[in-house]
Amino acid sequence: MKKTLALVLALVLCLGLLAACSGNKGGSTAPTAAPAPGGATEAPTANTTPIKIGYLGPLTGGVAQYGIAVQNGVKLYVDQLNAAGGINGRQIDLVSYDEEGDATKAITGYNSLLDSGVVAIVGDVTTGPCTAVVAEAYPDGTPMITASATATSITYNADTNTVYTNMFRSCFIDPFQGETMARFAYDVLKAKTAAVLYDNGDTYSTGVYEYFVSKANELGLELVAVESYASGAVDFSGQLTNIAAKNPDVLFLPIYYNDVALVASQAADAGLKATMLGVDGWSSVLDAVTDTALVEGAYYCSGYSAADTGALVQKFLSDYAAAYNGATPNMFDAQGYDAAWILCDAIAKAEASGKTYGSDEYKAEIIAAMKATDSDYVTGHVSYDDHNDPQKTAAIINIVGGEEKFWGSY
Amino acid sequence: MIVLQQLINGLQLGSIYSLIALGYSMVYGIIMLLNFAHGDIIMVGGYIALLIIGAGIHPALAIVAAIVGCMVLACVIEKAAYAPLRKAPRISLLITAIGVSFFLENVAQLLLSANPRSFPNTAIIPTVSFSLGSLNISLTTLVTLAVAIVSMALLTVLVNRTKMGKAMRAVSEDMGAAQLMGINVNRTITFTFAIGAILAGIGAILYCCKYPQVKPTTGYLLGMKAFVAAVLGGIGSIPGAMLGGLAIGMAEVIVNALGYTTWADAVVYVILIIVLLVKPTGFLGRTMREKV
Repeated sequence: MKKTLALVLALVLCLGLLAACSGNKGGSTAPTAAPAPGGATEAPTANTTPIKIGYLGPLTGGVAQYGIAVQNGVKLYVDQLNAAGGINGRQIDLVSYDEEGDATKAITGYNSLLDSGVVAIVGDVTTGPCTAVVAEAYPDGTPMITASATATSITYNADTNTVYTNMFRSCFIDPFQGETMARFAYDVLKAKTAAVLYDNGDTYSTGVYEYFVSKANELGLELVAVESYASGAVDFSGQLTNIAAKNPDVLFLPIYYNDVALVASQAADAGLKATMLGVDGWSSVLDAVTDTALVEGAYYCSGYSAADTGALVQKFLSDYAAAYNGATPNMFDAQGYDAAWILCDAIAKAEASGKTYGSDEYKAEIIAAMKATDSDYVTGHVSYDDHNDPQKTAAIINIVGGEEKFWGSY
Repeated sequence: MIVLQQLINGLQLGSIYSLIALGYSMVYGIIMLLNFAHGDIIMVGGYIALLIIGAGIHPALAIVAAIVGCMVLACVIEKAAYAPLRKAPRISLLITAIGVSFFLENVAQLLLSANPRSFPNTAIIPTVSFSLGSLNISLTTLVTLAVAIVSMALLTVLVNRTKMGKAMRAVSEDMGAAQLMGINVNRTITFTFAIGAILAGIGAILYCCKYPQVKPTTGYLLGMKAFVAAVLGGIGSIPGAMLGGLAIGMAEVIVNALGYTTWADAVVYVILIIVLLVKPTGFLGRTMREKV
C-alpha cells in the first residue's frame, strides 16, 4: 500500500515537473521571439508584429489526407516567405485549426481563428465545410482562399444569386474539367463522336458530365451514347456494350480511379476501342488497374502534374522534397502552396496600401488584391472571373507505355 | 446483334450468381439456414488468390488455394458457429450467420484495410476477345460459362448418382429418419457446406476475373443477389438455383442496358418481394409442410 502511494506521489511530481517545463518554454520563447526580427533598428516606425493568417481544414478524420496535404503546402510557402524576410518586414504566423471534416466544427473553427486575430484564412479543404464557412465569412468580409473545394457553390450561391466576393480558390472548378476535356477531345484529338459513362449517384461525376455535354453540343462534338451507373456498381457490361455498338472516337469517364479500373477491364472485354478521357479523380489510376495496357493512350486532366518540366513546378518539387524528407507532392500540396502564395501576395499589397492592420479596410484591400491576381503559380496561370472562379489551365496527363506523361497545359 | 451481346453479358453475370446461389440453396435445403456468411466466403477466396498471385506464386496454385481455403473456412465456420446450435431455434442460427458475416468483413478490413485491391485477373485469364461478326466475346466470358456449366453438371452427378449425394438428399428430406437409417448427419452437413464453399471459391475466381477488384465488402451485395437468385429459383432446389442465378444476372444487365441504372439493384429486391408475395416457393421449390 505504501509502495503504491509512493509511486503515485512520484508520478504526480513528475507530471508537475513536466508541466513546469512546458510552461517555462512557452514563457521564454514569447518574449525572445518579439525582438528577434530586429526590425526596430532598420525602421523605427515599422510594425514588426507578425501577420496572422489561419489555416482551416481536416487534420484528423476521414478526409484528413487532403487536409494534411494542403497544410503541408501552405506551411512550405509560409516558411519560405518567413525565411526570405516575410512581408514588409513582418513574419507570417500561421494558426491552424482542425475541423475534422465536419461543417459544424468548421464554423467553430472559423470563429476561433477570428478570435485569435487572423486577417485571412486558407481553407476550408472540402466542399461541405467550405460552403458552411463561407456563409459566415461573407458578411464578415474575411478574405478566404480554398486550395481544393471544387464545387461552384463555394463562391456563388445560385439560389440567391450572390457572389461570395471574399472567397477565392487555387484549384479549378468541376465544370471546368468537363468543358476542358470536351474542348481537348474536339480540338486536339479531332474526335467527331463521343460517349460518356458516369456515376449518377455522385455530384462530382454528374456535374462534370453535364458540363462536358453542354460544351460538346456547343462545339459540335456528337454524343453517340450517354450511359450511367449507380454508385458502387461493379458490372458495366450492359452500358459498355451499348457504347461499343456506337463505336465512338472518345469515351469520357468523369469517375474515380477505382471505378476506372473496373470500367477499363470490361471495356476491353466489350471490344471498345475509343480513346479514354478522364478527370482529376483519375490520379493514381495506374496503381488501381490490373494491367496498364487497359488505359494505354488515355488522357486525363489534373490540377498539377509532378511530371511538368516548368521551372516553377521543378522548384516546388525540390523545395518540397527538401522540407518533407524527399516526398513527392500531390495535387493538394501544390494547390495548398499556391493558395498561400496568392493570399500572401495579396497581403503584401494590403500592407503597402498603408491601411491599419486588421481593420475592415485592410481586409477589403486583401480581397481586392486577390481579385486582381494575374500571374503564374505552381499549378498554372491564375486570374479570377466575375464569380471569383479561377481562369487557369489544366495539366493534361497522357498514359503512354504504362506511365503517366505530362502532355502539356491546356 | 446488340441484343445477343447483352444476353451473353447477362449469361456471364448470371452464371456467377448461379454458382453462389447453389451454396445458399444446398445449405438451406439441408439445415434450413440462410447462410449469410456465404457471400463473405467469396471475398476471402478473392483475397487468398490475390495475395498468393501477388507473392509471385503460379496462378494455378492460387486458384487451388482459394478454393481449398474457402472450403476449409466454410467447414470451420460450420463446426465452430453452426454445429453447436443444431438444436437451437432457427432464428438463433440465422443471427449467428449474420454475425459470422460481419466478423469476416471486419477481420478483412482490419487485416487488409478497407481500400479496394486490384485483382491480377490477367494472370489467370489473359485479355483476349473473339469477334463473330459484330459479336464480341472475351475469353473471360467463355471460361466463365464453361466452368459454370461443368461445375453444375458435376454437382448434379454428385447429388443424384453418388452415395454421399443420396445421404444429402436423405438428410434434407428428414434429418431424424436419415439418422435412424444410419446416415452420419453431422458429416453430411459438413460435406454440404464444403461443396457449397467449393462452388463459392470457383465463383470468387470467376467474379474477380470479370471485376478485378477485391474489398472487404465485395461479398455483401454479391451474396445478397445470389440469395435472391436462390429464392427466385426455389430455395433448396439445385436446378432452381441455377435458373434463378441466370434470371437475376439477365435482369440486372437488361436494366442497365436500358439505361435504368439507378434501378439495377432495386430490381433485384423487387423481384424478391414479388416472388415472396406471389410464389414463395420460386420456380422449382417444393411446398413444405410445417413439421409439428
